[in-house]
Amino acid sequence: MTIQLNGDPFDLDGPISVAALLASLQIDPRRVAVELNLVVLKRATFETTIVQAGDSMEIVNFVGGGAPEAGR
Amino acid sequence: MTAAGAPDPLVIAGRTFTSRLILGTGKYPSPEIMQAAHQAGGTEMVTVAVRRVDITRRSASLLDFIDTSAIMLLPNTAGCYTAEDAIRTAHLGREAGLSHWVKLEVIGDEATLFPDTAALVEATQVLVKDGFVVLPYTNDDPIVCRKLEDAGAVAVMPAGAPIGSGLGIQNVTNLRIIREQARVPVIVDAGVGTASDAALAMELGADAVLLNTAVAGARDPIAMAAAMKHAVIAGRLAHLAGRIPKRLYASASSPIDGMVGR
Repeated sequence: MTIQLNGDPFDLDGPISVAALLASLQIDPRRVAVELNLVVLKRATFETTIVQAGDSMEIVNFVGGGAPEAGR
Repeated sequence: MTAAGAPDPLVIAGRTFTSRLILGTGKYPSPEIMQAAHQAGGTEMVTVAVRRVDITRRSASLLDFIDTSAIMLLPNTAGCYTAEDAIRTAHLGREAGLSHWVKLEVIGDEATLFPDTAALVEATQVLVKDGFVVLPYTNDDPIVCRKLEDAGAVAVMPAGAPIGSGLGIQNVTNLRIIREQARVPVIVDAGVGTASDAALAMELGADAVLLNTAVAGARDPIAMAAAMKHAVIAGRLAHLAGRIPKRLYASASSPIDGMVGR
């Protein structure tokens, strides 16, 4: 199945929990925020939230920024 | 701390800070230099941006270089051009950092990075209702600052000059009016180029200064961070001490009486 992950198509074997997906990507769940179909997930729900075919997912973290952000 | 030793903390939304210098985390030559600059500046709050994780490669996390036991993270909504985008980014930042504080930016123009103030007020209203502690980056317009305050902003952050320009405080008069009228902390955000700009902002009565490029882009960011620390302290003390009035003619400091040969 395919989902949209951070704006790009991403193939998965089948439905998977957000926690398992993050683990497979070697992403520390304590340092990211996840939005699934435009809904920001609470970290406590990563284990129980299942990613389905066609879902749109965003995984974000903190990067360097400050007054000088040049935008897009 | 004042010269007399009395504590002079900065209080924002009930949270107390000793340092009045807020630094950014962007544009540094390396994360190690950033970390050393934060330490040299004595900052207790730094801004961070919220961006997509690069899932194609593993990279060091910014958070490995910030001592979050001493330095509070302030997620920003930099790069957002609509209230909707800024609100969405603020919610992501809240989950990523587990903090309700947000430096709200709604940019109106790519060349100047000036804020879209109508969208900024709207986003502030929404985020305050959502339980956020909102610190909006705005222009040096006292009316907009008042509207942001009325919308529930816990501080107002007028620009001294365009973001990253290093031009210094361009409108001294507006900043003074903003400081006189605001009932929340005024944080001069953006435009600071060197230490004297930060000192001037503080002398005008700003409660704190937020800057990034002036330190990160300096030839020696660590030394400039130390300079900014001292500038902010000096400016604050000068503000509290009260400057003498300006006068056109000289006023002798030494007595005339008892001069040799008179």
